[in-house]
Amino acid sequence: MTDLPRLRSPAQRDCLRPRARCADRPPAAGAAPAKQPRHRRFTRKDSGVTATIESPPAAPEADGRSARSLMDLVFRARELSIGGALLVLILGTWLANPSFLDDQGIKDLLLNSSILVLLAAGQSVVVITRNIDLSVGSVVGLTAFACGSFVSGTDHSALTTVLLGIGLGVLCGLVSGLLVSFGKVPALVVTLGMLYVIQGIDHAWAHGEQINASNVPDDVLGLGSGSILGIPYLPLISAAVLAGTAYYLRTYRGGRELYAIGSNPEAARLAGIPIRRRVLAAYAFSGAVAGFAGALWLARFGTVVADAANGWELTVVSSVVVGGVAITGGVGTVWGAALGALLLTTMGSALVVLKVDSFWQQAITGVLLLAAITTDRIVNLRTTSALRKRSRR
Amino acid sequence: MSSHVRTRRRVTLSATAAACVLAVTLAGCSGTTKNDTKGEAKEAASNAKADPNAPLKKGLKLAFLPKQINNPYEKIVDEAGIAAAEEFGGQGKEVGPSDAKASSQVSYINTLIQQRQDAILIAANDPNAVCGPLKQAMKQDIKVVAYDSDTAKDCRQLFINQASSEEIGRSQVQHIAEQLGYKGEIAILSATQNATNQNTWIEFMKDELKDPKYKDMKLVKVAYGDDDDQKSFQETQGLLKAYPKLKGIISPTTVGIAAAARYISDSSYKGKVVINGLGTPNQMRKYVKDGTVEQFSLWDPKKLGYLGSYAAAALASGQITGAEGEKFKAGELGEYTIGKDGEIILGPPTVFDKKNIDGFDF
Repeated sequence: MTDLPRLRSPAQRDCLRPRARCADRPPAAGAAPAKQPRHRRFTRKDSGVTATIESPPAAPEADGRSARSLMDLVFRARELSIGGALLVLILGTWLANPSFLDDQGIKDLLLNSSILVLLAAGQSVVVITRNIDLSVGSVVGLTAFACGSFVSGTDHSALTTVLLGIGLGVLCGLVSGLLVSFGKVPALVVTLGMLYVIQGIDHAWAHGEQINASNVPDDVLGLGSGSILGIPYLPLISAAVLAGTAYYLRTYRGGRELYAIGSNPEAARLAGIPIRRRVLAAYAFSGAVAGFAGALWLARFGTVVADAANGWELTVVSSVVVGGVAITGGVGTVWGAALGALLLTTMGSALVVLKVDSFWQQAITGVLLLAAITTDRIVNLRTTSALRKRSRR
Repeated sequence: MSSHVRTRRRVTLSATAAACVLAVTLAGCSGTTKNDTKGEAKEAASNAKADPNAPLKKGLKLAFLPKQINNPYEKIVDEAGIAAAEEFGGQGKEVGPSDAKASSQVSYINTLIQQRQDAILIAANDPNAVCGPLKQAMKQDIKVVAYDSDTAKDCRQLFINQASSEEIGRSQVQHIAEQLGYKGEIAILSATQNATNQNTWIEFMKDELKDPKYKDMKLVKVAYGDDDDQKSFQETQGLLKAYPKLKGIISPTTVGIAAAARYISDSSYKGKVVINGLGTPNQMRKYVKDGTVEQFSLWDPKKLGYLGSYAAAALASGQITGAEGEKFKAGELGEYTIGKDGEIILGPPTVFDKKNIDGFDF
């Protein structure tokens, strides 16, 4: 978490901090202002707002700093604990079976998680705005099949394939985004509908055909199996997308506004944030990432049937939530989401290596989800009361 | 293989629709109930008398009702069946639901009855759900032939079985044993844990391994890839890590064998681990050519459709009634004899390798 130097008040800073949630505010901006402590009213007014607002310092510096470090600790706790769990998991499995971390083993771990990490990055951008994109699984399926039929028996390059995938993905994302932002239909319904629509189109188009690895040009397959300096392309691509997204969300005005929208849409609207445009962009991004993932899916697996990645939307949402992006919006980082995705896939691999019945994987994923949501709630309540105490002082 | 029983979390109602496709399913979704209605009387069959010398009627109308129209495997079967119908002067068509739910075939059967088809060929999504309408059809003298996945025994006159489960199970162990020189650890990469046909085959594999000639071979683990690419990848990796002495993997599911082959083909295990199982030639061509996979097997789905078509025509023409021991001629495939409970077995699976793979396109 970084400093946001232009913001003076701690509360204001907190609100615009990636993990912060200007929570426990009444949902409507204008509701019952009189009952709020003075300081909090101030926060409410410009919380969701942009980083450009200069405001007078409301609390002494020292107080602000300690509040901030408290927040920092709390907000980093999630990333730290998932990182820790991941480390324990990897080390434990390695001790039990040293070949888990040999060259091939590390390569496998990286490759297994790349596509999920990518999708988690796209999904978290949408979830941060207090929306959800359930159509990602079918977008991956559609683009994987589309790219497959496009390259089948030709010698199209990997780049063309990827661009086609991204283009198709953006198209799907824009449709969902338009319905959610301009149509004002709840995201859950829109993207569930899109899930079926895209799946239907995909099935109707494929009509039982499948893409076979022998027809896919080597250049495309090379994208899934090649490497630079021993590191496969796929994880490098995911890391690049992840870093770019994280930087944008943290530093750019547009990125901060996404958090503001998720924290309190009404306040964001009153502050003049172009909500509809931002949400539309978030969906387009998620679609683009899903389309990209579809092209990579083809490159990695070679054999593609119409319903590749079927059911993945739930795995993606799980990784995002386990990674600390609140399903209610406004909180979380893509790094957390990526860690969540890494944790889920690594767990899958580790359980097999440890000879644990793979059926447990689902149960453990469920437990992790519940644990994540419970800690979210507890941490949320604790910080809120801690902050309240401080601002009263 | 596939069998539509997948255990993954899903939101959508289309889970079943998807299951079969993903599976590409070779072995056809034959999650069946082969033994549960044993010994039931077959009234429909005994109504008429067979006349083995009756010629095949011209202009017979055959309708193929697959589990779902999206399933690549069943599409091949049905198209071959329709082509066969044209060969003997009949006409065939394929109709069916877009999902493989138990009840979705019912309305199609009712429509086919109204259209007065001569025979209905069905790959049942559920052995019992389709029973009522099928009995209705038989009452109106429409012949009913099940293929790929059986219905309850009194709801159809014939069942065309792609290969006997026993033969599939045993032959896969025999093949991999020959490749390994009857030595070493092997594992099985299956689809879902509760897929009936997979589990039946695995039982026969285990039974075959009890033979003393396999004393130096050991089945160390049965893994489940859920007919999902990523999961099958991970399970393959896990098997190789957990059992460093592993010499061979049998994957009796098309998704599993393709995923295992793709993983091995660009990993350090290439050439050290033998992959065998059930797959389609198109899907495995690349891995057979690059040496990752030496051989795999499958029955020819085209022959399954072809045989189904001829069997239905023989029924409709009165050559056979579906009773055990009756014989009929199935075009270029030669003569077939009806076995117990109206079952006809297509024959042993074909083994595909570098030499013959280019002769097949499915």
